[in-house]
Amino acid sequence: MSYLTEGFTLGSWLFTKDHKRIGILYALAITVFFFLGGIAATLIRLELATPAGDLVGADTYNKLFTLHGVVMVWFFLIPSIPSTLGNFLVPLMIGAREVAFPRLNILSWWIYVLGGLFVVATLVLGGVDTGWTFYTPYSTMFSNSYVVMAAAGVFVVGFSSILTGLNFIVTIHRMRAPGMTWFRMPLFVWAMYATSLILVLATPVLAMTLTLMAVERLWHVGIFDPALGGDPLLFQHLFWFYSHPAVYIMVLPAMGVASEVITCFARKRVFGYRFMAYAILGIAGFGFLVWGHHMFVSGQSIYAGMVFSLLSYMVAVPSAIKVFNWTATLYKGSIEFSAPMIYALGFVGLFTIGGLTGLFLAALAVDVHLTDTYFVVAHFHYIMVGGTVMAYFGGLHFWWPKVTGRMYPETLARVAALVMFFGFNLTFFPQYILGYLGMPRRYHEYSPDLQLLNVLSSAGASILAVGYLMPLAYLTWAMFHGKRAPSNPWHAKGLEWATTSPPPKDNFDAMPEVPRVPYEYDPRETPA
Amino acid sequence: MTHPPEWLLPAASEGAGRIDALFFSLLALTGFVAVAIALVALVFCVKYRRGSAADRSDPPSQLKALEIAWSTIPLVIFIGIFVWGARVYASLYQPADGAMKVFAVGKQWMWRIEHANGRREIDELHLPVDEPVRIVIATEDVIHSFYIPAFRVKQDAVPGRYTGLTVTPTRVGTYELLCSEYCGTDHARMGGHVIVMPKAQFAKWLAEGAPAGSMAAQGKATFQRLGCTGCHDPRSSLHAPELAGLFGRAVHLQDGRTVIADEAYIRDSILLPKKDVVAGFEPVMPSYQGQASEGDLLELIAYLRAQ
Amino acid sequence: MSEQALSASGREWRSETVSLGMWVFLLTEVMFFGVLFLAYFHVRHGDPEGFGIASRHVHEWLGTLNTAILLTSSLSMAFAVRAAAEDDRKALLRLLIVTALLGVAFLGVKGTEYFLEWNDGLVPRLNFEYAGPHPRTVAEFFFLYFVMTGVHAVHLTIGIGAVAWNALRARRDAHVARREDAIEAVGLYWHFVDVIWVFLYPLFYLVLLYR
Repeated sequence: MSYLTEGFTLGSWLFTKDHKRIGILYALAITVFFFLGGIAATLIRLELATPAGDLVGADTYNKLFTLHGVVMVWFFLIPSIPSTLGNFLVPLMIGAREVAFPRLNILSWWIYVLGGLFVVATLVLGGVDTGWTFYTPYSTMFSNSYVVMAAAGVFVVGFSSILTGLNFIVTIHRMRAPGMTWFRMPLFVWAMYATSLILVLATPVLAMTLTLMAVERLWHVGIFDPALGGDPLLFQHLFWFYSHPAVYIMVLPAMGVASEVITCFARKRVFGYRFMAYAILGIAGFGFLVWGHHMFVSGQSIYAGMVFSLLSYMVAVPSAIKVFNWTATLYKGSIEFSAPMIYALGFVGLFTIGGLTGLFLAALAVDVHLTDTYFVVAHFHYIMVGGTVMAYFGGLHFWWPKVTGRMYPETLARVAALVMFFGFNLTFFPQYILGYLGMPRRYHEYSPDLQLLNVLSSAGASILAVGYLMPLAYLTWAMFHGKRAPSNPWHAKGLEWATTSPPPKDNFDAMPEVPRVPYEYDPRETPA
Repeated sequence: MTHPPEWLLPAASEGAGRIDALFFSLLALTGFVAVAIALVALVFCVKYRRGSAADRSDPPSQLKALEIAWSTIPLVIFIGIFVWGARVYASLYQPADGAMKVFAVGKQWMWRIEHANGRREIDELHLPVDEPVRIVIATEDVIHSFYIPAFRVKQDAVPGRYTGLTVTPTRVGTYELLCSEYCGTDHARMGGHVIVMPKAQFAKWLAEGAPAGSMAAQGKATFQRLGCTGCHDPRSSLHAPELAGLFGRAVHLQDGRTVIADEAYIRDSILLPKKDVVAGFEPVMPSYQGQASEGDLLELIAYLRAQ
Repeated sequence: MSEQALSASGREWRSETVSLGMWVFLLTEVMFFGVLFLAYFHVRHGDPEGFGIASRHVHEWLGTLNTAILLTSSLSMAFAVRAAAEDDRKALLRLLIVTALLGVAFLGVKGTEYFLEWNDGLVPRLNFEYAGPHPRTVAEFFFLYFVMTGVHAVHLTIGIGAVAWNALRARRDAHVARREDAIEAVGLYWHFVDVIWVFLYPLFYLVLLYR
C-alpha cells in the first residue's frame, strides 16, 4: 500500500500529516500561482511588442508587473523546490519516516493558501501597483491601490516559509537515520538545510518591514516617510536584507537538484563533494552581507557601496566553484541525455550566464549605468527562471516516478526541455542588450528604436509559454496513464530510491542501509 | 521620444568612456569564460556520452589543488574588477572644484531643472560641452532616478535629502533624459532630453531666457515672501542667527556638535528647525514644511550661498 | 508512534527535538524584533535629544513595576519546568497558574499605561496633542513605543494562552512528565518574551538616566 492509496477522501489530503502528500498539495497550489503569474507575464510581453502603450493603460501595466513579481517571487519561486520536492524528499533522503513537526507542516500549507487568498482578493478588488519591491514613500503615501491587502498576503505567506524552514532544520538535525552523518548527506539535503536557515533568518525581517510599511500607509505615522521625519532608505535596507538572500532561497535548492540529477545521469560521484557542501553554506552566509548592492545609486554613502560591491564578489566565488565542479563531474562519466539531465544541464548553462552578468552589476561604475534597466531584469530572470525553474522541472521529471509511481513520456519531456531552453534565451538575452542601451525597467512605453529587441523578446516569451504548457499537459496525462514505474528507474543511489515507487506511508518498509558516501556511481557499470 | 541615431548608445560624457571600457572588458572576460565552460562541457558530453568507447578508468572525485586553483583565481580576478569599478564609481561622485551647478527636482512625472542664473526648464536640460557640471537632485514626492544613458549616469532622487553627481559632457548633441526608478502611472513618460551645446552657444542660451534675476535673486525674493527677514534680518529685533557668510562655514550647535552649513543642513534648518539648533539661540523658528517647495529651497540655498 | 508508547529515552529525544524547534523559532523572533530595534536606533540617532524629551512622558515607575512582574514570572516559569521534569503535578499546576497570572498582571499595568498616555494625548495619529519641543521626534518615539510594546504584548498574550492551555492539560494528566517537552518549549518562549522586555524597558523608560 502506498501513501497515495492510504486514503481517498478530500480530508485525507487537506488535513494530512504525511510530508509526501503535503509536497503534492504544495505542488498543486504553486502551479495555480505559476500560471497566474504567467498570464501577467504574457500580457506584459504582449504590451511590449509595440513601443506605444496600446494594449493596456499605464496603470493596468503597472499592476500587471506588480502582480507578476509578487506572485512569482512569493507564491511560486520561494516555495517551488523547497515546499514541493523538499517536503517530499528530505525525510526520504535522510532515512526518516516523517518530518520533525508534521502538524506544523500541514499548517504551513494552509497558511500558504490563506496568503494566496489575500493576493487573489487584491487582484479581484483592483490590484496593486507599487512593484513587488513596495518602495516607500510611493507605497505609503502615493499609490491608490490595494497595497495593504497585498502586503498582508506576503506577510502571511512568510509564516508558511518560516514553518517549512524550521521543520527542515530540525528534521535534518534530529531525524537522520543511523549512519547518515552530515558529510554523507546528499547535496540536495545540504541545499535544503542552507535554504531553511535563510528562510528562518530573513523572512521575519520582511514580515516586520511590510508591517511597518502598512501601518505607515494606514495611519500616516511611521519611520519611512521623510515628511514625517523618517527615512525611505531605511525601508530599502530592510527590504533587501530579506530580498537578496531570498534569491538564494530560490537558487540553492536548484543547485541541490542539479547535483542529484547530474551525478545520476553521468554515473559519477559529484566532483569535490566537500567543496560543494561548503560552497552551499558559503553562499547562504555571504548572501546575508550583500543586500546593499541593490542600492548603489540610491543615495547611500559611496563607501557603503564599495563594501557591498566587494562582498558581492566574495559571494560569486562559491557560485563559480559550483559551476566548475558540475562541469568536472561530467569528466569520465557515462552521460545519458534523459529529460532531467537536459533540464539540469540547461540550468547550469543559464545559471552561469546569469552569474557572469552579475559580475557586471556588482562592478560599481557599470551598475550606475545598468541598474534599474532591462539588464537587471535579464540578469535575475536568468538566475530565477533560467536557473530555478529549469531545475524545478528537472527535479519534477527526475522524481516523478517516485512521487506518482508512473513514468512520464520521455521524448515529449526532452522536446519540452529544449523548447524551454530556446524560448528562455530568446526571451531574455535581448533584454541584456536593451538594458545596456538604456531601457529602464517598468516602462510600458519605450523608444521605437528599441522595438526589434522587444519583439524578439516577446516572440521568445510565446515559445517559453508553450514550453511551460507542455509539461502541464503530458505530466497530467502521465499521472493517470503513464507506464508503471519501478522502484529505481534511473538506478540512482539516494535513499529515496531504496523504497517502492510510490513509497509507503511510513517511507520505508525496512530501514535502508546508509552508504559510506553519497553518489557511489561507477561510470563503467552502465545500467541496462 | 527621439532617440540618438546610432544603434549603439553614444558615449557622450567623460565618464561614459571609462564605464564602457570596464563594461566591454567584462564582456570580453565573461564571454571568454562562458565559451570556455560551454566548450569543456560540450567536449565531455560528446566524449563521455553513454556507450562511447572513451577511457573511464580511475575517475577523480576530487583534486584539491585544482579546486583551490579555481577558487582563488576567480577571487583575484574579482578583486581586480572590484577595484576598477570602485575607482570609476568614486570619480562620478567627486565634487569637481568650480563645476557649474544645475538643480534637478523630480515631480510626478517631470524633471524641473533650474540653472544658477535662474533660467528654468522642464524635461529639458541644456549643458555646455566639455565643462564639468554638478547636478544636485531632489524630489517633491516619491523616489525618482535621474538617468542619462548617453552619459552612463544615474542617481536616485530621494525625498528628504539631496543627492547629486558630477558629469562632463564631451559631445554636442541631443540625448535622452529618463526616470529609471518606478514612480507611478506615467513613469515611462517622465523625462525628455539633454541638449549639449558648444560653450558660446550655451552661454547665449542661458542668458537669453534668464528671468529677471539669478537663482540667488529669486531666492532673495522667496526669502522675503516667506517672511524670513522678520527674524533673520540683522536689524530685526528678534534674536536669530546671522545668515551672511553662513554657507560652507562650521556651525556650533546647542548640543555640542559642529556641522558644516551645506545644502542638507540649510534644508533641514528650514524644514526641521528644531533638529540642529545653533548654540546660543532659542529653538523658536517654525517649520516651513509644506510652505517652501523643493524649488524654493534650492533658491534659498543659492541665495544664502551668494550672501 | 503514539505519545503513550514513547519510552523514557524516546521522551528525552522528543523533548530535545521540540527544544531545538523552539530555539529555531526564537531565532526568527530575534530577527522579527531586530527590525524594530534597528528602526528605534535609526530614529534615535537622528535626534537623541528629542528621544530624551519624549521619554519624560512615559510612566517609568509603571514600567519598572512591570519589569519586576515579568522577571518574577520568569522565575516561576523556570520552577514550573523543573516541576514537570520531576513529574510533580501539583507544583507544576500551581506554578503555571502563578506564571499566567503574573502575565495577566503585566498586561493590566501595560493597559493602564496606554490609558494614561491616551489621556495625555500621546497617541500619534489618533490622539496626539503634544505641543512641546521636538514634536516630530516625540511622535516617532511614541509610534515606536506603541508598536514595539504592542508587538511584545501580543507575544505575551500568546504566552499566557500557551501556559494556561498546558495548565489545563496538566490538570487532567496523571503523568505530567509526559508534557515535559511542551512545557520546556513554552518556558523557552516565556523567557524570550521576558528578555525582549528587558531590552524594551531601558530603551523607552530610562533614556534620560544616563545623560
